[in-house]
Amino acid sequence: MPEAVITASLLTKKYKDFAAVDGISFEVAPGESFGLLGPNGAGKSTTMRMVGAVSTRTSGDLTILGLDPDLHGPEIRAQLGVVPQADNLDQELRVRDNLIVYGRYFGIPRRQVAKRADELLEFAQLSDRAKSRVDDLSGGMKRRLTIARALVNDPRILLLDEPTTGLDPQARHILWDRLFRLKEQGTTLVLTTHYMDEAEQLCDRLVVVDKGKIMAEGSPAALIKQYSTREVVEVRFGSEKNAKVAKLIKGIGDRIEVLPDRILIYSDNGEAELSEIIKRGLNPITSLVRRSSLEDVFLRLTGRSLIE
Amino acid sequence: MTTTLPTSPALVPAQTRSRFLGSIYAGNSRAVLGRGLLATRTSNYWIVLSGFFEPVLYLLSLGIGLGSLIGTVTTATGQHVPYAAYIAPALLAVSAMNGAIYDSTWNVFFKMNYGKLYEGMLATSIGPFDVALGEIAFALLRGLLYAIGFMIVMQFFGLNLAWTALLALPAVVLIAFGFASLGMAITSYMKTFQQMDWINFVMLPMFIFSATFYPITVYPPAMQYIIEALPLWHGVELIRGLTTGDLSWGLLWHVLYFAAMITVGLIFTTKRLRALFLA
Amino acid sequence: MTTINPVPELVEGRSPGEKSRRWGSFYVAEHRLYAMRAYLQTLLVTGFGNPLLYLFGLGVGLARLVNVPVGGATYLEFVAPALLAASAVTVAGEEFSYPVLMGFKWNPIFFGMNAAPLSGLQIVNGMIISVFVRMFPTVGVYYAFMLIFGAVPRVTGVLDILVATLVGMSVGVMIMAYTATITEDHGQMAIIQRFILMPMFLFSGTFFPITNLPIYLQWIGWISPLWHGTQLGRVLSYGLAEPGWLTLVHVVYLIALAATGWILAARHFTKRLNS
Repeated sequence: MPEAVITASLLTKKYKDFAAVDGISFEVAPGESFGLLGPNGAGKSTTMRMVGAVSTRTSGDLTILGLDPDLHGPEIRAQLGVVPQADNLDQELRVRDNLIVYGRYFGIPRRQVAKRADELLEFAQLSDRAKSRVDDLSGGMKRRLTIARALVNDPRILLLDEPTTGLDPQARHILWDRLFRLKEQGTTLVLTTHYMDEAEQLCDRLVVVDKGKIMAEGSPAALIKQYSTREVVEVRFGSEKNAKVAKLIKGIGDRIEVLPDRILIYSDNGEAELSEIIKRGLNPITSLVRRSSLEDVFLRLTGRSLIE
Repeated sequence: MTTTLPTSPALVPAQTRSRFLGSIYAGNSRAVLGRGLLATRTSNYWIVLSGFFEPVLYLLSLGIGLGSLIGTVTTATGQHVPYAAYIAPALLAVSAMNGAIYDSTWNVFFKMNYGKLYEGMLATSIGPFDVALGEIAFALLRGLLYAIGFMIVMQFFGLNLAWTALLALPAVVLIAFGFASLGMAITSYMKTFQQMDWINFVMLPMFIFSATFYPITVYPPAMQYIIEALPLWHGVELIRGLTTGDLSWGLLWHVLYFAAMITVGLIFTTKRLRALFLA
Repeated sequence: MTTINPVPELVEGRSPGEKSRRWGSFYVAEHRLYAMRAYLQTLLVTGFGNPLLYLFGLGVGLARLVNVPVGGATYLEFVAPALLAASAVTVAGEEFSYPVLMGFKWNPIFFGMNAAPLSGLQIVNGMIISVFVRMFPTVGVYYAFMLIFGAVPRVTGVLDILVATLVGMSVGVMIMAYTATITEDHGQMAIIQRFILMPMFLFSGTFFPITNLPIYLQWIGWISPLWHGTQLGRVLSYGLAEPGWLTLVHVVYLIALAATGWILAARHFTKRLNS
């Protein structure tokens, strides 16, 4: 295995007594697509800021591209592309100027950056919006522009914090397509997400984070295999009845989770379990048999739902 | 349609950096200045122009209207000058202060806390000190243009009484630099809009009392000392000395005052930026 | 169990929305006053600081240079009613500009109020009430400082408080009427401040009679509500000598302006909210 581009060991960030990141360790290999999956407040964004060399760690070790971010911030940032959680595009500049100005921050010569800006607009499918005001772009377009901006210095690592949060399904798919192409070109991606489908689509490997700690690590498929069953049955009996019904369906499936609004039954054969429920004379208001996802992994690991 | 992105290995030049300001300065404040210039293209030209009109309107109103009630004024050194020629240099100094303070306080405060502009800049290889210097340079450049415009108006009304008035231009830059660097240092401590209001609470009395509209000799001595300790009075006296041709070695004290202000301002700004952005 | 209990007042005996129809303006005013609490400290500091600064700095200070009586009064007596009216305009310039733009655009609370059963007119009235609650005491404190400085020779000067409030409101409702039409923010608020309010302050006979200006600058005073209010204030506070019909013009002009602005504001609010 080639030398890791990011190595974190026992990485910790404390704000007064509160540990936002509590001793996490991981490595990211060059060209790998690595994800941090967890609910809001799990410490993902704090980790990203430390990896982005804009936040100093409280303790532990962190090496980015062979350098210590506390000592070599600017050198590291020169080789990173950062897509923050909330777009921070320059509202006072036009679309293309956003890219050019950003490139100048890296000290890229004017002529080169102009050429680069046009390539990036093409890549982000924004060429026809080059002269638009940032305000006039849709949410998905702004996101693509932010990603294009992060690529202006041809970074060795691209950091994406919740890249598709708040986008409609179509805009998400366009974005995933662009990110997938970058991945194919060998760009190292590090992303945080609380969307399972996003993690499954984009990540070669991921860590599940909760309360500043790593709960599990592996490829999406391996995690599902390890912590969940092949299929899940979701049944709803109405908000007041779920708890009562839960007692009556004991023994069905490998494991049962009772949530406030629904009951989940884990099994390798969902249809069989569903007919068993109905055979017991219980009529759910709605029922659904689906494949297990990372959501189920998270539920298993923490006893909580990922989106609350 | 190209869907792959060409990679160019040597896109980002090797960094040359200062030994002293290592982690916060990359020697690239030009890029920040460039951004400011580009951003004015999309701003409202009337607002840009208003920075020039404001002192001109004051001059028209007070110079002509009030001047007709007052006649001539005796300056600190005993020279008699028409009232318009007395307040014009003061208005120039005030406008340098206002522009520099606005750019280094409200503008910076907003970009820092609401626009998230600096967050984006600092994710690149530039450091907070590049941002500070670039923003100050932009403010000074604009202030200089306003000052040139105002000096032309003064010339038109015959209010430049000596050739040394030309030196008022570099003096304006010096004064603005002093206010901008201190303003930025102060802003870096501010957290809410309410706290920002305190800046106005200091600016307004300084504007009214600093020998702007009449000599400070109308005040009791204790109050005169306080005024003389504040920066605007030094700015007003420096520029008034230059435009009225009332030169003395004493003017160098004012220059020294602002040199000290710039130094203190930059030291605190640097300290705070390090704490704010690299924590 | 988490269920939501019905509010008895809302279900028993009343026709829907009756309370809102009757008291809606006051609900809006209450909302605005809560918002003002956030900068109460600033209101107090400027409320007491500004009269002190302006009356001492400009009134007393400039009086040392202006030794001749102006318009039949000492310089301080001459300037004080003008500064008083200007202070009301300052309040109006703050409260009827950004808060209105904000309510329609950045933090569109007006649309929320309108979704609750409040009309455009009620929102306008609520804004006016809330600003009055801030403006009237501000002007009152200012007037108290004028008395302390000995700037008011006549008892009738106390009416200057009402005059100044009327000036502030007439300017304010006009600003509100205009701001309600702004859909794209290109810095119009700053433009109003710098190209309307500031020149108004400088050319409305505040520091010197407008007749001291060349004729091509005097017209600013004639159309300026601040000039009309200032002259009216001077008549009341020290008996400025001017023809009776001109005094009447001041009163009529200010009331007409306030009424026009109020009607326009209500119309623009209603149109914007229902578009």
